[in-house]
Amino acid sequence: MIRRIVGQAASVVVVLWGAASLAFLALRIIPGDPVDVMLGPQAQVSEDVKDAIRAELGLDRPLFEQYVTYVGQLIRGDLGESYQLRMPVAEVIGRQLGSTLQLTALAMLIAVVLALSAALVARGPVSRGIVAATELVLLSSPVFWIGLVLLSVFAFGLGWFPVSGTRNPATIVLPAVTLALPVAALLGQVLRDGMEAAQRQPFATSVRARGAGHARLTMHHTLRHGAAGALTLTAYLVGSLLGGAVLVETVFARPGLGRVTLSAITDRDLPVLGGIILLSAFTFVLVNVIVELLHPVLDPRVRTETVRTRP
Amino acid sequence: MSVGRRVLFVVALLVLAIIALAAVAPDLISARDPLQTDVRGALQAPSAEHLFGTDQSGRDIFTRVVHGTGRSVGIGLLATGLALVLGLLVGTVAGIAPRIVDVAAMRVTDVLLAFPEFLVALIVVAVLGPGPLNVAIAVTLAAAPVYVRLGRVQTRTLAAAEHVEAARILGVAPVLAFVRHVVPGVLGSLSVLATIGIGSSILAAAGLSFLGLGPAEPAPEWGLMLASGRNVLAQAWWISVFPGAAITMTVISASVVGRTLRARAEGRSS
Amino acid sequence: MSALAVRDLTVTIDGATPVDSVSFAVEPGQCVAIVGESGAGKSLTARALLGLTPSGSSVSATALTIGGVDARRLGERQWRKLRGERIALVSQDALVSLDPLRTIGAEVAEPLAIHRRMTRAQRRARVLEVLKAVSLPHPEERVSQYAHQLSGGQRQRALIASALAANPSVLIADEPTTALDATVQARILDLLRHIAETGTAVVFISHDFAAVRRVADRVLVMQNGRVVESGPVAEVLQAPQHEHTRELIAATVHEPHEVTAAEVEPVLEAVAVSKSFGSTEAVSAATFTVHRGRTLGIVGESGSGKTTLARMIVGVQAPDAGELIRHGVDRVQLVHQNPLGAFDPRWTIGRSLDEALAAGRVPRRQRPARSARLLAEVGLAPVLAGRRPSALSGGQRQRAAIARALAAEPDVLVLDEPVSALDPSVRERILQLLRRLQEDRRLTMVFVSHDLDVVLAVADEVLVMQDGRIVEQGATGEVFSSPQHPFTRELLAASARPE
Repeated sequence: MIRRIVGQAASVVVVLWGAASLAFLALRIIPGDPVDVMLGPQAQVSEDVKDAIRAELGLDRPLFEQYVTYVGQLIRGDLGESYQLRMPVAEVIGRQLGSTLQLTALAMLIAVVLALSAALVARGPVSRGIVAATELVLLSSPVFWIGLVLLSVFAFGLGWFPVSGTRNPATIVLPAVTLALPVAALLGQVLRDGMEAAQRQPFATSVRARGAGHARLTMHHTLRHGAAGALTLTAYLVGSLLGGAVLVETVFARPGLGRVTLSAITDRDLPVLGGIILLSAFTFVLVNVIVELLHPVLDPRVRTETVRTRP
Repeated sequence: MSVGRRVLFVVALLVLAIIALAAVAPDLISARDPLQTDVRGALQAPSAEHLFGTDQSGRDIFTRVVHGTGRSVGIGLLATGLALVLGLLVGTVAGIAPRIVDVAAMRVTDVLLAFPEFLVALIVVAVLGPGPLNVAIAVTLAAAPVYVRLGRVQTRTLAAAEHVEAARILGVAPVLAFVRHVVPGVLGSLSVLATIGIGSSILAAAGLSFLGLGPAEPAPEWGLMLASGRNVLAQAWWISVFPGAAITMTVISASVVGRTLRARAEGRSS
Repeated sequence: MSALAVRDLTVTIDGATPVDSVSFAVEPGQCVAIVGESGAGKSLTARALLGLTPSGSSVSATALTIGGVDARRLGERQWRKLRGERIALVSQDALVSLDPLRTIGAEVAEPLAIHRRMTRAQRRARVLEVLKAVSLPHPEERVSQYAHQLSGGQRQRALIASALAANPSVLIADEPTTALDATVQARILDLLRHIAETGTAVVFISHDFAAVRRVADRVLVMQNGRVVESGPVAEVLQAPQHEHTRELIAATVHEPHEVTAAEVEPVLEAVAVSKSFGSTEAVSAATFTVHRGRTLGIVGESGSGKTTLARMIVGVQAPDAGELIRHGVDRVQLVHQNPLGAFDPRWTIGRSLDEALAAGRVPRRQRPARSARLLAEVGLAPVLAGRRPSALSGGQRQRAAIARALAAEPDVLVLDEPVSALDPSVRERILQLLRRLQEDRRLTMVFVSHDLDVVLAVADEVLVMQDGRIVEQGATGEVFSSPQHPFTRELLAASARPE
């Protein structure tokens, strides 16, 4: 058991280091001089000033030296300084992280509740058909379109929810629901497919032959099978939420990492971009580790301490 | 296949046919100029004259949606095609290569696979910078890992399949056995995946355009139109809603066709 | 009063009657067997007794009394009260019939949780009690383990325990031993016999007459949904009245092989051949000789190494140690265990045959004629060449696989479990085909099987394998009339042919 945790920790470090190196490389080898890109095509700045900026940012040192400095800073928790905002990247990200986390967490919660309800409630062929059709539409729609439609109907149309701003806690409802819907659709689909597949297995016949009804078969047996399958999707869903958050924040004009990322992309603010990429990598690694550790809990066949004895 | 399924399949095919027509010959559906402005006729609700209404500059939304089809769907289509080829090449090589090569390739692919397409595309655009070409590259790179993984898994499975071994025992040359029995199978499953995957590529491209990272105004492009309609959502919902509906319809149809083809392919081989 | 009384049980699905007027009764302490080929309606009858027929079917009967309860017009709720409490089911293959995500203890306790009000301690006590009753060793440990952690035989005992937990009056065992090795089968059958003797009424469904003889008092023979014969086991097996019964019994007794007293010329020699996969030794120090024109049978249970040995003979796998010497033969072909998997599913049979001929360097012009001749030789109609493997029956697929192997004009033909997946009547015909081919082509054959009866019917010489070693070898008649090794004796006892 200890070996597994150490192994996981080691692979976490390796993946993070790999992501950091990739981010470094990617941002350094893009075409065009970083300073030119940063200043934009309109800027009329003399070469001397540009050189000064380069020196200040450390861009004139040899590549390897830059890399070492970079990694050294990372270990100390220093993500560099934003080109545009002249603030530590960590601070830039940190200030907006909370808002995005709130939104994402609430959306995840709503998604799980929706998916579970749909999977448990849809029993007959008609309800199953309706749920499947809804899932198809939700998964085929751009999440930002869903957001705009919801805004249109519920905020502008019916006036149930405020349109924007963050003072009022009610403003988080529409964005969270928007973000949750596609995730709920995918989760519900996977959960249902897993449960239905389990119901067709021979053991389901054994369970029914013992006198179990549908409720018992679902709650005590097939739900677990479906959940085990859905668990493998967790990292993907988290990624879906993060990507969706960028879009949803834009639609609802909410502060958060979406705004930071977008301005960093358009302003070519490389340190901030690097920080965001690292944050994404870290999130994934974290989620994957949690899933890896949870998997044996749900599926005993994956556990390694099995002892087989013959008759 | 039940009647309902069959009807759905046919309808989806029809929709795709219309989309294809709009992409290659938009003038046949709407002969108006998508860039034609008419400031006095701005922000008009949908009517007989303007089926989808007009936008802030008085341009006819219906025409813009039709003429934007090529641009909006094209990137997704291109990306899927390239990703399929990549999947075939890299996947088959990884499937038969020595373990080390295979493991290395798969680790990289697995990391990429954990991220949904849109996020990967976003990160690639973050690195390369905005612009329609970069969006195309980004969506291709984002789509490729799924095909590479499937290509590799299928190659491995098929190469070890009994009938391939049987062919070799009979005396068929290994390379010939591979080309005849493994490659068609891999290509087949990748193609089915492509029909299903094209939807997410279209969504990813639309998302990037919505954020303003793709083609620039005044080009008619669905994601871009959605974004420009956001500011006037209260007064003119039609500017955003119709392009979004177009995206949704395209992706639904592609998914339905893709899933039906996959069900058929699975039914045949089992 | 009978524990189970059935009269004119009929199941209708989509206008067909897969179960037609079946009648029988089982007293407490009795075991009644239902035999028939696949598709005869045995499993559907079992399902009807539990109220678990597929949706869209309708069940009717003049009498259907289970444990004293009239079950003819019960709703789903009422059926649930009966299931597990008065009538229980044991299916094939416990690995998939037990929920792999739940502990053995939870599975065995489920009928109690559904039908009884017991405290946790009482439940646990009862679970241990019933696990001991099925002779599962170390029940206290097993209770918190999972199905995949137990061996095949142990799992099946646990499955039986889960059916007996609430003390039902009727137990239906649907092919409960089919997935098990012969020696393990025998022990489970004895357990079922014991369960019957302690007062439960047992319905035993099988296609295996040897098993039926071991376990049952009475037997019903089903064909196409109807009962064609019934009576005490000894009588029916000794003097079958109905033609189908005679067919079925005849199919289990294969024509004993006439050992050809021809010259003995070694074609293939194995000297101390060994092969390991990782840390497991699949085959160790195998030494034997294969003679021209004769058949060598290799018999053993799963995991005995027989398939690995066969693959080494073909040349697909190379031994880690020892030698395989060929004397004057270089064409050795293989007929796979699973003919469906051995053909490219997208190709027609004809195209696969053509490929085999091409690989054997037969010129293009001659291939159609040769193809036709091969098909005729194995008894396949020419029209089948245009079909895909999935469109053929099991027997036809096997013939096609043999034809393809013969396309390469082999001197030695290795067959890996060629008839295991086939119905008994089809089996005999394939064996006849193989005998004829051997005569006509002077073919040397190596025949691998876990089924003793089949090996006895085809082999001149036999190798008995256990855990990778050859424990006994020699002429078939001798080895089986006077077995030396305890394992061979066990195999023979487990097979229990109606002598």
